[in-house]
Amino acid sequence: MSYRLGVDVGGTFTDLLLINEETGETHSAKVPSTPADPSVGVLLGIERLVETASLDLSNIDRVMHGTTIATNAVLTGKGSKVGLITTKGFKHILQVARSFCPGGLGGWVSYVKKPLLAPLELTIEADERMGADGKVVAGLDEDALRRDLDALHKTGEVEALTICLVNSYLNGIHEQQVQKIAAEKFSGVPVSISSDVVPEMQEYERAETTVVNSYVRPEVEKYVTNLESALEKRMGADTQLSILRSDGGLASGRSAAERPVNLLLSGPAGGVSGAIYFCSRGGYDNVLTFDMGGTSTDVALIQNSTPRIRRETRVGDVTVRSPSVDVRTVGAGGGSIAFVPELTKALRVGPESAGAEPGPAAYMKGGKLPTVCDANVVLGYLPSDVQLGGAMQIDKEAAVTAVKTVADALGIGVMEAAEGIVKIANEAMFGALRVVSVEQGFDPREFALVGFGGAGPLHANALGTLTGAWPVIIPPGPGVLCAYGDATTRIQDEASRTYVKMMKNVSLPALKEELVALQERAESSLLADGIAREDLVVSYQMDMRYVGQAFQLTIDFDKAELDAKGTALFVESFDEEHTRLFTFALEDGHEVVMLRAIVYAKNAPLPELKVVDSAGSLNDAKIAETEIFYNGKTHKATIYARGALGSGHVVPGPAIVNEMDSTTVILPGHIASVDPVGNLLIKPEETH
Amino acid sequence: MGAVLVETNASPFEKTEVDAITVDIIENALSNAREEMDAVLFRTAMSPGIREQGDCFPMIANREGKMVVGQFGSFIRGFLDAYEGEIEDGDIILTNDPYMCNAAVSHLPDWLVLVPIFKDGRLIAWSAMFGHMSDNGGMVPGSIPISAENIFQEGIQIPPTKIYKKGVLQEEILELILHNVRTPEWNRFDLNALIASCRTASKRCVELAERFGDEVFDTTLSIMLDRNLIAMKAIIQMLVPEDEPCIFEDYICDDGVGMGPYKIKCKMWREGEKAIFDFAGTDPQAKSSVNFYVNEELFKMFFGSFTINLVDPQIVFNDGFYDLVDVRIPEGTLLKPTYPAALSGRTHALGRLFDVLGALLGQGAPDVLNAAGFSDSPHLFYSGYDDKGEWFQLFQIGFGGIPGRPVGDGPDGHSLWPGFTNVPNEFIEAYFPLRISAYETIPDSGGAGLHRGGNGLNVAYEFLCDGKIAIHDDRWLTYPWGVNGGKPGLRSTKQIMRADGSSEYLPSKCDGIEVKKGDVLHFNTWGGGGWGDPLQRDAELVLTDIRRSLVSVDGALAYGIVIEGSADDAPSLRVDAAATKALRAKMANERESILLFDRGGTIEEIKARCLEETHLPPPEAPSFPS
Repeated sequence: MSYRLGVDVGGTFTDLLLINEETGETHSAKVPSTPADPSVGVLLGIERLVETASLDLSNIDRVMHGTTIATNAVLTGKGSKVGLITTKGFKHILQVARSFCPGGLGGWVSYVKKPLLAPLELTIEADERMGADGKVVAGLDEDALRRDLDALHKTGEVEALTICLVNSYLNGIHEQQVQKIAAEKFSGVPVSISSDVVPEMQEYERAETTVVNSYVRPEVEKYVTNLESALEKRMGADTQLSILRSDGGLASGRSAAERPVNLLLSGPAGGVSGAIYFCSRGGYDNVLTFDMGGTSTDVALIQNSTPRIRRETRVGDVTVRSPSVDVRTVGAGGGSIAFVPELTKALRVGPESAGAEPGPAAYMKGGKLPTVCDANVVLGYLPSDVQLGGAMQIDKEAAVTAVKTVADALGIGVMEAAEGIVKIANEAMFGALRVVSVEQGFDPREFALVGFGGAGPLHANALGTLTGAWPVIIPPGPGVLCAYGDATTRIQDEASRTYVKMMKNVSLPALKEELVALQERAESSLLADGIAREDLVVSYQMDMRYVGQAFQLTIDFDKAELDAKGTALFVESFDEEHTRLFTFALEDGHEVVMLRAIVYAKNAPLPELKVVDSAGSLNDAKIAETEIFYNGKTHKATIYARGALGSGHVVPGPAIVNEMDSTTVILPGHIASVDPVGNLLIKPEETH
Repeated sequence: MGAVLVETNASPFEKTEVDAITVDIIENALSNAREEMDAVLFRTAMSPGIREQGDCFPMIANREGKMVVGQFGSFIRGFLDAYEGEIEDGDIILTNDPYMCNAAVSHLPDWLVLVPIFKDGRLIAWSAMFGHMSDNGGMVPGSIPISAENIFQEGIQIPPTKIYKKGVLQEEILELILHNVRTPEWNRFDLNALIASCRTASKRCVELAERFGDEVFDTTLSIMLDRNLIAMKAIIQMLVPEDEPCIFEDYICDDGVGMGPYKIKCKMWREGEKAIFDFAGTDPQAKSSVNFYVNEELFKMFFGSFTINLVDPQIVFNDGFYDLVDVRIPEGTLLKPTYPAALSGRTHALGRLFDVLGALLGQGAPDVLNAAGFSDSPHLFYSGYDDKGEWFQLFQIGFGGIPGRPVGDGPDGHSLWPGFTNVPNEFIEAYFPLRISAYETIPDSGGAGLHRGGNGLNVAYEFLCDGKIAIHDDRWLTYPWGVNGGKPGLRSTKQIMRADGSSEYLPSKCDGIEVKKGDVLHFNTWGGGGWGDPLQRDAELVLTDIRRSLVSVDGALAYGIVIEGSADDAPSLRVDAAATKALRAKMANERESILLFDRGGTIEEIKARCLEETHLPPPEAPSFPS
């Protein structure tokens, strides 16, 4: 009997999912997260699982883990002190950045620049120069470097070191030389070099990415080491820890700790992977994901059960060149605060959020301002009475009082104001869904929409109406979806390099040589983790553009396609994609920008997972009758318990489906059916 | 006369009731559409000027041509008055001629695309976008000839012209235009991108009208305009004094052909609910190309966008308040030159207007007053034939010090212009025969203050091929002023170190300068002025700036800070508390008063020191034919 364990450590809860790899049987647990040392929460959760599943821990071979530890270090500004070594003349590289002041005309008046992740007082210069052709223009002045490293070391402040030299994306020899010399002084300090972390053109972006890697590295290393040893102690030395990266692939604990910059969106990637898992099993391979939390909402587009990958990752104000699932975030969540500016009398929702503290007024933690969550309570979407199926203690009166402030400012009723707040929040999320679909040339009506996260199932039906993406899918356990994602993805790694060349000048044999070299680089970490070569699968990507464009498109291909079509393959695929996005293509001017090899390990296939399936009647699932307000009217609605719903049940709207950590609203004129996988499928009534 | 609108559906738009929340939703969607216009443009444009630096401006207007979202204001009414012809569904209009569109664009390199948006035979809105083209033909590469004396020397003039007629591309017209520029492929692509961007906006407007109804859409646009009217009414009451007019003068340093500085003067006051900006007293137009033909409505937009954030940061800004502002610019001045005056070098006066505006608004409210900032977008052009015999043409925008502000220090080496970013140096080195040997901020160039001005940038361009360069900059003579006791920032300089060992200071505005392989140009931009009394700045902050190489040990003296320790060993540096206290007391004692504006001296004083300080002779006072 062998098991695998999916673990998602979020800000508030740690979710665990145990899968029997032979029978597909699952067990899940939810325990509070322990931010001081997250491994404590993980172990606690494991104990909880063992109790319920009564199994021998040594049977757990694989622990697959999504973590926000790197994300939080960036968001809270609590990363390491990073020293930076640049090329002479470029020490202000992060200070100047791209010279950009956000906001419109006059935006500079209020722009406050965040402190640099590698402070200038810990930045030194190396006297050297690499040319734009990858040839050395001036060799490294080693003596000067030693002197400056000495002074830097004397500050006693450097906890991690970054080296980023101009044009090193073409030739990293100077960075390696600097690294060697730095190691003489800074033994035990982790060093990240840009030609290794992200060998891509654009010095600022490369420096920032490598600095962020250093910034979170000591913390992530410590965390991974702690967790690994705790797991080994509890489960035996053969337990293999893998960590989910931002791009949705798994990396070994060791390689994740070396490149923590690739983990910044590990959390959302887990959600997307989990959504894909349930949607694809329900027969939906093209979906829009809609993950609504307390302060923000993440959306992504999935095509053929594969998320689109973006070559950059954004967390708060920080943008790095690291691949991530193309998740767009809007600052609208359950905690977003509604207000009415005095003069314009407009209704605004967010971006300010009540967060967890003081929280929405209805949660009775001291919050007084009206939030999206309060509006949901007022409208009856979030039942306030535990007897009515509400999972949390909710104070409806407090919500009404809060929403009334907005209603009074607008001169309308409380119900109308609450519905307005929800509509405006929905519109903001609709905007994000448009960015990933319509703006990329995809018609949302050809997709399904999957809602999850704390508040996703509350708003998903309304978003289905706005986007026309049907059915709206609420997967089983929308609150532990990330853990499902963690447990069902593959180990992978990738290697890339800038390869700027006009397509017409590309020689096929030389290109193939490059690809082989990249493949070797990409698979090295997997081989080092003991995965057999015959279990590896490789695919390639080429980033292309028309010469002069800033924008580039990624073309996926494999060796067979390249052998069959040669470079014509790229021109064809690129023109097709460019036309879809921008309605036109050019006859020539195709330029290669980047090459990439992606290597992943074949997994033994999992049996179908077994989720709870009730055999009772729909009537058995009814908890209570209630009222909701929708489209200016009050409607009678029924509250159901999700756990009592089973395959084949059809829930007529208006209804509310309640479960431990989430509430689904089915609006009037809609029905929700339960599919064999356990998904709730919401559709407009007439299309049934 | 003017444009004749052809609508196949004659039913009028009825105003209808729209609830506030629907307005908010449409407002939201339109501002998303505007952002999408930018996104489409950046992804599809080709020239570095547009796609990397973001030198472009989108707009969506209602059916009457009032801007509903955007930032540089509407010009459609001016265009409609000037255009003789029919406007039909499928038409796309292109122009670059300031004199033919009431200065909607203010020099020829800015190409403006205008798209009427029709739905079911009725005009429902307009979308427009303009972008700075890499070249427009004329006397010099980049088409900003300093010495041009009339607009004919500045390249091809495109009067409002249908580049698409009822959906059909007018290929011969396009080829005729492109035949006149040095970078036809870049322009072709960029024009494509401008059109794609406008079409995106059109699509979004039609979708919104479909979703909510044409009448609701049209009424909502009016309501959005009214929201701005209401907000601006309050702002004008707050910021524009009724009784005592505010007056401010600033300058552009020279005209590039030996005369300067040129005065820009503005008087601001309020009559009832109307704000009046009167530019009487501004110098007559220049003989060269530094004139800035100001669209009055553009200036209203500057005013509004600067202030509206005070009451509703999320408002979608538009020109609904135009009737509340009266802008008076005398004919024949630097800001309203007479046809066919040259206009291409207008960027300096354009930038300076923002300093003038900021100073006017801040006089009554020093707490919201910013120092003088990086009110320009300096350019460098470098062109020639590379080693393979291929033509290259680089256009680079410079960045500098954001001024000290009430919220804090000004960022170093940043941009005041919305959306502008620098071009990565590795990109430049990969595509042009150049090496950037330094890209760093200039210590002490930001004016001292309680809040320090941002530092200017030193960019060292090493030329790897023989060629020619042109430079367009300003504030080499007059200072970026400090406010509320803050000191002025350092001025700009351009010095070229020749491969043969000689060196020279180049004028702030020059073109046709020959450079040889191995020459290095130091393109130094200016720093922002300081805000507030530098003697009040926390000594530890100054020490941190020193450790960060943003202020020097000597530079700390401007704050009255005395530093002990060796400058070579930054961690050892300490504030000498006793000496600092004494110096600060002495400085406080010796100064006469805290200046609201510190301009670094009068024009006469500055001119007298000019040669010695800038290594360039002072310009002659402009003389104007009466």
